[in-house]
Formats: sequence, C-alpha cells, structure tokens
Amino acid sequence: MQIQLTVNNTVHRLDVPDSALLVEVLRGQLGLTGTHIGCDTSQCGACVVHVDGRSVKSCTMLAAQADGQEVITIEGLAAGEALHPMQDAFRNCHGLQCGFCTPGMIMSAVELVQRSPGLTEAEVRKGLEGNICRCTGYQNIVKAVLEGASGMNAPAAS
Amino acid sequence: MATEEHTGIGASVLRKEDRRFITGVGRYTDDIQISGQTYAAFARSLWARARIEKLDTQAAAAMPGVIGVLTGTDMAADGLGGLPCGWLVKSKDGSDMQQPEHPPLAHAQLNFVGDAFAIVIADTEKQAQNAARALEQSIEVTELTPIVSLEGAADSAPIHEALSSNVCYDWEIGDKAATQAGFAIADHVIEVELSNNRLIPNAMEPRAAIAEYSTGTDDITIYTTSQNPHLVRLILAAFVQLAPEHKLRVIAPDVGGGFGSKIFVYSEEVSVAWAAKKLRRPVRWTATRSEAFLTDAHGRDHLTKARLALDSKGKFLAMHVATKANLGAYLSTFASSVPTYLYGTLMAGQYATPAIYVEVQGIFTNTCPVDAYRGAGRPEATFVVERLVEVAAHQLRADPAELRRLNFIKPEQFPYETPVALVYDTGNYEASLGKALRHADYEGFKVRKEEAAHRGKLRGIGFSCYIEACGLAPSQLAMNLGAGVGLWESAEIRVNPTGSVAVFTGSHSHGQGHETTFAQVVSNTLGVPFDQVEVVHGDTGRLDFGLGTYGSRSIAVGGSALIRASEKIIAKGKRIAAHLLNASVDEIDFSDGVFSVQASNQSATFAEVAFAAYIPNNVPTDEVEPGLAEKAFYDPENFTYPAGTHICEVEVDPETGKIDIVQFIAVDDFGEVINPMIVEGQVHGGLTQGIGQALFEHGVYDESGQLVTGSYMDYCMPRADDLPSYVVDTTVTPCTHNPLGVKGCGEAGAIGAPAAVVNAVTHATGTKDISMPLHSEKVWRSLQRKRRAA
Repeated sequence: MQIQLTVNNTVHRLDVPDSALLVEVLRGQLGLTGTHIGCDTSQCGACVVHVDGRSVKSCTMLAAQADGQEVITIEGLAAGEALHPMQDAFRNCHGLQCGFCTPGMIMSAVELVQRSPGLTEAEVRKGLEGNICRCTGYQNIVKAVLEGASGMNAPAAS
Repeated sequence: MATEEHTGIGASVLRKEDRRFITGVGRYTDDIQISGQTYAAFARSLWARARIEKLDTQAAAAMPGVIGVLTGTDMAADGLGGLPCGWLVKSKDGSDMQQPEHPPLAHAQLNFVGDAFAIVIADTEKQAQNAARALEQSIEVTELTPIVSLEGAADSAPIHEALSSNVCYDWEIGDKAATQAGFAIADHVIEVELSNNRLIPNAMEPRAAIAEYSTGTDDITIYTTSQNPHLVRLILAAFVQLAPEHKLRVIAPDVGGGFGSKIFVYSEEVSVAWAAKKLRRPVRWTATRSEAFLTDAHGRDHLTKARLALDSKGKFLAMHVATKANLGAYLSTFASSVPTYLYGTLMAGQYATPAIYVEVQGIFTNTCPVDAYRGAGRPEATFVVERLVEVAAHQLRADPAELRRLNFIKPEQFPYETPVALVYDTGNYEASLGKALRHADYEGFKVRKEEAAHRGKLRGIGFSCYIEACGLAPSQLAMNLGAGVGLWESAEIRVNPTGSVAVFTGSHSHGQGHETTFAQVVSNTLGVPFDQVEVVHGDTGRLDFGLGTYGSRSIAVGGSALIRASEKIIAKGKRIAAHLLNASVDEIDFSDGVFSVQASNQSATFAEVAFAAYIPNNVPTDEVEPGLAEKAFYDPENFTYPAGTHICEVEVDPETGKIDIVQFIAVDDFGEVINPMIVEGQVHGGLTQGIGQALFEHGVYDESGQLVTGSYMDYCMPRADDLPSYVVDTTVTPCTHNPLGVKGCGEAGAIGAPAAVVNAVTHATGTKDISMPLHSEKVWRSLQRKRRAA
C-alpha cells in the first residue's frame, strides 16, 4: 500500500506491504539502521522512535498506522553537528556501553523529559521500565537522563 | 570526573566510540546490506529429543520466494565437520571426556528444542521463516524420552547413543586425603546444598551472520556477532573445513554485547557461510529474540553439595565440594573448562583454607548447551564459598565480617599457592573489606535493623568476598590442562609517516570501550596525542591473529601486548633518531614523545622520527628496515586475581516476601586502572547481572524439555526500577607480572553480587532454604515454613 511518512523532516512516499512494521520500513526501506530490533515481544525498547512527538515502540506499529505522521528517529535528533542535550548527556555520563539499546533509550528519555520536566531519580527509573539495557546496570543511564533533562530545560536549549 | 583534557592512564576519558552510537550510525551486523543478498531462516527441533525419520524438502522448496533448502544431510554429504570443544578435560581415572558428535545441522537426531536441522534461503526474511516453519511441521520424527532434569541425568540412559553415559567427565582437583583429614579433626562442619540457576545471556543485539562468497576468488567474507573473529575463522577452517583459512575473512563489526555468549562458534554462522558458497548468493540471518533464548549458549546451572570444616576458633580446616554441572545437549566451544578449571580452582576464595577437594561431574541433558556466561565458573565458585562462610558465621554465631577476616590470606603471605593449583600473586583482602564496611556503615546496621523492624520489615546485610582468576591465560599452563590453543594476545602498532598511529589488537570490543582505553595506553606510552591513535579490531583481514575478548582478559593480556609493541616502536625509533641526530643509540632517551640526545639540546619529535622512517636515506638500513610498525605477542606469566568485597543490605517484607535492596557497595581491587569511568561502568553492569541472577533470572525447562522462559514476558530481565544506585570504590594492589599492573574488571560484579544478595536475604529472614532466584513467593514460603516450625 502507498503511505506518506515524514521522517526526520524529509517526506517519503512509500509502497509498503500491508503487514510491514514501522521499524522494518525505517531500517529496510529507508536505511535508518539506528533504530534497532532487540526482541519480538515489544519488551526491550531498542526500537523506540517518536511518532507525532510521542515515543513509540516501532515494532508494535504498522507502517500503515503511521501514514501521514511525522517520525523522528535517533538519526534525526541532533541539529546538524550539534548533539541533542540528551545525546551529550549519555556520552558525558558514560550512559552506554555496547550502544545497542542506546538509540531507543535516548528517544524514550527525551520524551520522558518533555512530558514531565522535573523528574526525580525514582521517576526516571520508573519511566525507563520499557527499555532494557544489559550492559550498564542503568545507573549511568539514569544519571544521563537527569543531566539531559537539565540541558533540555535550560533556556539555551529551548 | 570525565574530562576531555587529561587523556593518560588513570584519566576518565570520554569514549571515542560513543558518537556513532548516540547518533544512530553504529554499524552492527544486521545493519550491513549487501547487493543481491538473500535471507536465511533455520528449521529447528520442536522436540527435546527425537530421531529424524524423514525430511522431505520439496514442498518447502516450492514455497514463494524460496531459493534453496539445505539440510543436515546435505551438509554431511558435503563433508563438513562438526563443531569442536576447545578444551579437553580428563576424568579422575585419567580418561578423556566423552564428546558427542555436534553437526552444525542435525541429520540423525535432534537433541534440544531449537536444535537446527535445515537452513532455508529465500528472497525475504518472512518467506524464509514461513518455509522453515513448514519444515518443522512436516519433518517426520520418532520422539525419544528426553533427559531434562540435571538431578537424575547421570544415571539415566545416554542421550547420545554413541556415548556410554550422560557423564561427560568426572573431574577432580585438590587433595582428597588431606581434606578428609581436615574434616576428621574439625570442631564444626557446615553443610550446604546449593543450586546455581540457569541463566540466559541476553546480549541486547541478537546473534547475526552475513556471508558473501566471491566466485572469482573463492573467498568467503563473513560478518558476524563475535567476541573473537579469529577463533571463528580458525574453527571454520580447521574443524568444520568450510574453506582454507586464507580464503576466509571474518569481520565482527560493532557488536551489541556478548557476556560470553558470542565467544562460541554456532551452527548458524557455519550454515550461512556454507549456504552462501553453495548458492553463490550473499546470505544473511539475524536471530529473533526467541531464537536467542533457545540457542544462545546458556550459563551456570549447577547442583552442589559443599562442606566446610572449622576448628573451635572458627579457622577453616578443609572444604569439600561436589558439583553436578549441566552441559546441555552438546559441548559448546569452551563448555568443558567452565565448571572445572574456571570453577574448582577458585574454591580457596580469599581464604587460607589448607585442604580443599572438588569433584565435578559434567552432565549432558536435552537442553540448550551451557557455556561461559559473564564470570564463567567463578560466580558459581564464589557462591559456594561465600554461602558456606555465611552459614558458618550464622551457625557459630560469629560476626560474618570477622569470620572472613580471621581466615583471609594475609598480605604478607603473597605469592600464595592455593590447594587448588593457583598461585595468587598479590592482594589485600582486609583493605577492600575494611573500605566496604566503612561505606556500608556496618557499625550502624543494628540501629537500622531495629528501625526497619518498627516498620514491620526484616533487614539483613550480606557479604561476598570474592576472587577471580582473569587474564586467561599462561599458554603452557592452559595447554597442560587441556586447552586446544595458547591464550596469548597480539598487538600491532603501525605509525603513519605523519606520526598518527593505528593500533591493531586481537582483543574485541563489544561495549568495553577498548577504542578509548587502548588508545589511552598507547598515547601514554608513545607520547602521541590521544586523538591521533586509532584502535582497530574485529577483522581477520586487517590483523594477523587474536584470541578475542572473554574472561576479563583484554587489558591484562591485550593491553600488555600493546606495551610490548610500543617498546619495540620506541627501540626502533631510537635507532632512527640516532641516525638523524648523528648520535649513538645508547645516547638517545625517549620521553613524552620526544627522542633526545643525552647531555645535548638535540632532539627529534616522535612525528619527525616517524616521517624519517619512511625515507630510506634517513634510516640506518644496515640496522633496521624502513617504516615504523611493530608486532608483539604477549603470553601472560600467570592469571591475574581481581578480588574485592561486595556488601548488600536488604529489607524484606514478611507479608509479601518482597525484597528491596537498600544499599549495595562494591569495593574491588582491579590493580591499576586505565579509565576509572569505564571500570565503574563495567562494575555497574556486572553487579546488575549478578543481582539479576540472585533475584530475577531463571532459565526453566518443563519436563518435556520445552523452554518455558523463552521471551522477555517470561524471563525476568533486571530493569531500571528494580535496582538501587550502587556505591563503587576500589583498592589497589598492582598485578606483579604484567607491565601495566592491571587485573581486569569485566566480570567482578557478576561474580561477587549473587552471594552478597542471597546472604543479605537469608540474614534478614533467618532461613537458608531458598534458592536463586529469590522470587518474592519463594521468600514468603520460606518465612511461612520457619513460622510453622517455630
């Protein structure tokens, strides 16, 4: 079927199988391989992207359901060379090791902070329940999300 | 604090590799696209044990998009060999371990749920999967009685008809008579029965492989999720005999975590490469998470009876450990070594126990093969030792910290030869215990316990004073004990004419941050700016050989090889500098990236010497070749022995059995530390896997051999809101036998944490009849039993 997706501010007219998942179209047809597939039960969160500003596990959504909507993936988060404050924070806080869960983790974190700017550590931990990381033990991810939140809430970033 | 300025050894330098990962442009195997590629799917056994009677592939081959269906019979007909086990373990009676045939694709018998028997190649992934599912439905088999439970497997009929029993080996280490003598004079004997739960590794990137065959050159290039690509190439050439080694190139690009599970050579990369050559089309495969659960080599799975003999003062006299270790259906690549040489040898722990005897039966069952998983044998050993000590403290009414202190090997006793074949070079166990006790405010525990009791909570504190043997391994020793290969590591340093440096290492980085830490080491040694050092790994086409990353060996062995190669670069640089500066080699000093003539103001920078090295008339060609590149192999003299104290404090709700970890302290002695930020991150991750084992994770098969924990819906992975923030600190006794004084840090958390958690919970509940994972229900039931008994 024919759909139109705006991905990272570029409009794509795509012919996709009816059953194609959003993540399959992003990775396969658009070559945006930063969005990862880590499970087959919508648990791990490696595939989180933003669809019309909301974080979505792109393995739970048909590409057809995103027709006409605006998708931001990890590749579209930075403004050119300037990293998004959350990306910066993940690096500064050593919030990643193998990097595989990282794109989904960052996309979830960005929306988490957008939704509730004054997060506590406990709220960050609760908010990341849908993202599994096997490397970091989450401690530096939590630290990064709190630092990224400060960066996102700072006047310069807005 | 992390810094961009100071980049030497000991600095928390931010990671070079991060930018590509945080911007989504990392390059994992599944991200790679090859023109003309096809998709593979595997047809797998739905039964734990069954004989193949008939496999008709015609219907599957005629399904939409299917390019080829290749079976285990086809593979055998092509003469491909089986998957080998790289470590030969001998039984007590001197006989070799029993090794079942392990064809990459089964052709006669299916031995666990998930055992692959055919590979389907199609135009799309879904078409391949559909045809594979059809084969699973159409294969005709005779179901055989599976042996699933470890408990009775040794005495059951053999699952492999060619073997005499399900016992792979019946191994021992230590002095049996001396141990018996110790028990004979003991004032106290402590006994425990333990199970070490089966774990499923769950690196977040599923395994994957892509193979491309070049008809023009007969070369095969394989991209795969490996911790040691050279080992993959060696096994594919020497054992599977897929192609000669020089016709194989194995590339492990960005790899999304391994934790041991990506050390091994599996059916799938063999089959994909074979299919690509047969069909003359690139073939790709990526595991689904369900396949990962079924087929990534599992970890742990022991049943153990252990006894500790003590004198009247609490001094340890002897220890006896008898373990049944589940090996699964086949011997995975290093499976045999894990419950033996990486387990029995660690039973001294941090203690001067004079006599130890360990017996281990490695046992086959109709389950996924079991092999090394983060810690590999050493978490199991630590769990045995530290549970024994905890129960001893409880029964003797001794302070658990004091009982440990009483029995520690003292700093002045190093080097210390244990009764189980290891020689610890250095350590200070009192120092790490003392520091951990201060962090934990151990003095204040009693008050905290009383306060918790007012809230209706049971509060407990648990210790784990662990040791590990890392930096695998002195090659001669390892080969004497049955290893099939030496366990050295290689390094090559190529200095470009402009003075920038490429470092080639046989260690593989899949989250450990070698691109940063190895660059720190070389930058520091050669005086080259950190950003001028590029670390290259994971490609058999770009470096000669390497043994890869496992057993916390990268910095201790791979890092030491970098030092040796750097020394050669400096030595050659001195010759060239002497030639340039009209001095003798003996007069040249090198420091901070400058070659200088003693007692003069003459000097040449590292970059100037590098440039000169590529201009033959600037090189003393009667002494050295032009160019500036050197290789080194480093074979360790001994294992390294990281050790430390982990303290866990918990509150248990007696009404629900729910456990809250209220504080967790890890004080580790890793020797010298290259990048504290990265080391701390490794500890966090290891602790989380250890806590995951203690509280959440359990790979469970039902009686028929079906894996009932085969997804993230059923297998409980630790999540952010399950965990506390850890307090992590270090003490330092430098390793005495490698040039960096390093010991390795990758596994410590997973080794120490389970015992600390379980000891804390049993301390809180006053029960000892609970086995990992300590799910709330089990804890609650244990408390109910205690209440009824009272």
